[in-house]
Amino acid sequence: MKVEVPDQAAGRGNHRKFRWGGRVVLSTLTFTLTCALTTVAAEPPPGMTLIPAGDYTPLLRDKNDLAEIPVAAFWLDERPVANGEFLAFVRANPKWRRSRVSSLFADGQYLTHWTNDLELGPQAPADAPVVHVSWFAARAYAAWAGKRLPTMAEWERAASAGYHGPEAKAEPGFNAQALEWFAAPTPAVFPAAGSGRPNFYGVRDLLDLVWEWVDDFNTAMVTGDSRGAAGNGLFCGGASSGARDPADYAALMRVGYRSSLRANYTVANLGFRCARDAETR
Amino acid sequence: MKIAKNPRFVYLVANSLLVIAAGVLGYAPVRALLVGAGTVTAAIVAAENADTVPVAVAGPAAAPQAEAAPAATNPNAARGPAPDLGLPVEQAVLTAPPHVPPPITRKYAAKVVVHLEVREVVKRLADGVEYLFWTFGGDVPGRFIRVREGDVVEFHLENNPTSKMPHNIDLHAVTGPGGGAASSFTAPGHSSQFTFQALNPGVFIYHCATAPVGMHIANGMYGLILVEPAAGLPKVDHEYYVMQGEVYTAGRYGEEGLQPFDQEKAIDEHPPYVVFNGAVGALVGDNALTARVGDTVRLFVGNGGPNLVSSFHVIGEIFDTVYQEGGLAVAQHNVQTTLIPAGGSAVVEFKTEVPGTYVLVDHSIFRAFNKGALGMLKVSGPENRLIYSGKEIDAVYLGQAAAAGSASQKREASLQAQIAEEIKTNPRIAGLTKEAQIERGQRVFMQTCFACHQPDGKGLLNIFPPLAGSDFLKADRERPIRIITKGLTGPVIVNGQAFNNLMPAQVLSDQQIADVLTYVTNSWGNAGEPYRVDDVRRVKAASVSQ
Repeated sequence: MKVEVPDQAAGRGNHRKFRWGGRVVLSTLTFTLTCALTTVAAEPPPGMTLIPAGDYTPLLRDKNDLAEIPVAAFWLDERPVANGEFLAFVRANPKWRRSRVSSLFADGQYLTHWTNDLELGPQAPADAPVVHVSWFAARAYAAWAGKRLPTMAEWERAASAGYHGPEAKAEPGFNAQALEWFAAPTPAVFPAAGSGRPNFYGVRDLLDLVWEWVDDFNTAMVTGDSRGAAGNGLFCGGASSGARDPADYAALMRVGYRSSLRANYTVANLGFRCARDAETR
Repeated sequence: MKIAKNPRFVYLVANSLLVIAAGVLGYAPVRALLVGAGTVTAAIVAAENADTVPVAVAGPAAAPQAEAAPAATNPNAARGPAPDLGLPVEQAVLTAPPHVPPPITRKYAAKVVVHLEVREVVKRLADGVEYLFWTFGGDVPGRFIRVREGDVVEFHLENNPTSKMPHNIDLHAVTGPGGGAASSFTAPGHSSQFTFQALNPGVFIYHCATAPVGMHIANGMYGLILVEPAAGLPKVDHEYYVMQGEVYTAGRYGEEGLQPFDQEKAIDEHPPYVVFNGAVGALVGDNALTARVGDTVRLFVGNGGPNLVSSFHVIGEIFDTVYQEGGLAVAQHNVQTTLIPAGGSAVVEFKTEVPGTYVLVDHSIFRAFNKGALGMLKVSGPENRLIYSGKEIDAVYLGQAAAAGSASQKREASLQAQIAEEIKTNPRIAGLTKEAQIERGQRVFMQTCFACHQPDGKGLLNIFPPLAGSDFLKADRERPIRIITKGLTGPVIVNGQAFNNLMPAQVLSDQQIADVLTYVTNSWGNAGEPYRVDDVRRVKAASVSQ
C-alpha cells in the first residue's frame, strides 16, 4: 500500500513498520494518515490525548542503538494523576495505603505529604499532582485504572512538541522557558494538575509542574559520574560526546534525574501520568 | 576470626555471587530478582547482628524491554562499607564561607566523618536580585572541609528532599574514578556514602558533576577541601575562605527579581556576574574580612568557574607567599597577582603593615567594578608613616579644557528642556514618593558608588571625600548632578579636608541619578528635598547649553 497525503504538521514520510490488524505492513505513511487511521480505531478515553505515531530521537545512544526509535500512536493523560485520584486507588487497594505499603515497593517517604492513610490534608489538595509515589505504586495505579505508564520514548515524544507544532526546537525561546522551571524552588503545595498551557498535542504540565515516572526509567544507565569516567558509553553531561544535542539541558537533566532513581524511591516533586495503547492488539 | 560467622563477609560474598550469577546469566529480570534476593539476605543478616548495618537497597526494577537491558553491573549500586582500619573516628568540623575550620593539631591519621547536605535555595545575588542557588550546605561556596594527609574520609552526601535535581560530588582531593562522583549520585530525599584516603596534601576544589555539569557548577555547586600536610601549616593570625564564580542570569547585571539560568550566556562564556562568595557585596561593608595591623593573614582562594580564570589581586598588598595552584610544597614570594584556574585554587599569605581597606579583586578589572568581583579586608590599628605616608602634596594641574557642546547637542538640549517642562507638570511623575526613591537609590549606590565613597558614606581619608555630613554636598544642590554626569577632576575642600582625585562620569539614567542623590542626601544624618528626574534633566540641559 502506498499512499501520499499532504501533511500540514510533521512533513515526514519515513518507512516504518506499522502494526495493523495483526499484520505487519511496511509502507510509506505520513504522520497525518497514521493519525487519522488510529483515531478511527479507538474511542477517545476521557482525559486522554492521542499522540500520533512518530519517531523518538534518543538523547543518548550506544553505537548499536537505532538513531530513531519508532513510537506507535498512543493515548496519554492530558495531565498528571492528582492526589484525589490516587486516594480513590488506595481506598480500593488497602495494601497501597501509607501504613501498609511494603518498604520493598516504596521508601519511608511514601505519601508523606498526606495527613494520614485516607486523608489528604492541607499539603495535598485533591486536584494537585500526587507526588511521593514510587514506580511500583505508579504502575499499580495505572493497572488499576486500566492503563499503563508511558515508556520513556513515548513520554519524550509527547514532550518534544512545542506550543504551535510538533517540534519544540523550532520555536524560539521554548528551551529557555523550559529551563525556568529549574530556577524556581519546589513549592510546599503544588498548584492544580492541568493548569499549565497545553502543548501542540493538547498535553499539559509535561515540563513545568513535577517530574514524572516513566515505565522504563532505569534503562538510561547513566553512571553516577555524568562525564563517563566509569567507562560507560551511555553517559551525558556538559562535556559529553555521547549526547545527540548537548545543548538540550532540560532533556539532559531528565536523563540524569531518571538515572538517580530506584524503583522504590519516592520524591517530593516526582509524580506520574498514565498512557494507553491506541491500537487494539 | 571465624570468617563464616562474620555477617559482613557473608553479605559481601552473597552479593558478589549473586552479581556474578547475574552477569553470567545476562538476563535483566533474572538479575533484578537476584539482586533483590541479595537485599533480603543482607537485611536478615543485619537483623541478626546489630554491629553491622549494610544499607538495604532494593534492586533495580526489571526493564520492560528485557532483551535491551545491558548485563553490566549497575555502577550506582551500593557495595557495602569499606574495610575498617581501626583508626580513631572523628566528626569533621565544616564551616560556611568566609570561615575556615581550625588547624588540625593531631599527629596521627584518623577516620574523619563528613556529612554534607545539598540544598537548592533562593538567595540574594545582588540587591533586589535573587537566584535559585544549588549549594553544598546552604551557601556559595560550599562548606570548607579540612582533613589531614593520610586521613580516611567517610563521606556522606545528603540531598535535601525539596531538591529538584539529583546531585553528586567530585572532590579533586580524591584519587579514584570521578573523584567520588561515581559513588555519590544521589536522588532528592536520599543520601550516599563513600570512603577515600586523602593521599596528597593541598587545597582542592570540590564540585557537582551531574549533567549538565556546567550548569550545576554555575548554580553554585563548588567549594574547597584542604588536605593539611602531616607536618601542618605555619601558624597565622587569620585564615579566610574566598571563592570566585560566575553567575549566568537571564537578566543583565542588576536587573531585579528572581533570575533564571541563561544557557546561551553560559555556553558563550558571557556572565552578567562574576562574584566572590556567591553574591555581589558578600565581602563588603559589615561582611568585610578583618585583621589588625601586624597580623598575618592566609587566604584560601578557590575558583569555581565554571568558565573564567581569575587574576586574583589584593589592592594595596603584596602577597608575601603564594602557594600556586593550591599545591603546598613549593612557595613563591612577593607576588602581586596570582592566576587561579577554573577548578583550581591558590593560597596567599601576607602580613598587614598599615591600617586601611584592602580591596580583593579579579584584576580582569571590569569584572571587579562592573560584575561584582570585589571584596574587602579591613585592617585596623596604628598608622606607620614610614611604610605609607598618606598624601603629602596637593597641587593644581590644569589639563586641556573639555570640548564645548556641538550645535546638534544644543538643539537636543533645548528639546530636552521642553520635555522636562512637560514632565514637571505631569502629576503622576511628580507623585513619586521620596521613600521609593531612597530605596531604589540605595541599590544604585551599592552597585556604583560604595567602592569609593564607602557603604557608610564616610569615604576614605585623603582619597575619596565623604558624603555623610558633607558641606560640599549641601552647598549646591545642582553640583552633584553635574559631577555624576560629567565627573570631577581636581582639588576640592570637603568639611575642611582637601581632596584631589578623579571621579569619572557615571553611566546612569536620569531616574537613577535622581534616586541615588535622594538616597545620599537623606542618609547617614543627611536630610534634604528629594531630587526629581526633571531636576536632573534641567541641570544636564543647562550645563550643555552653557
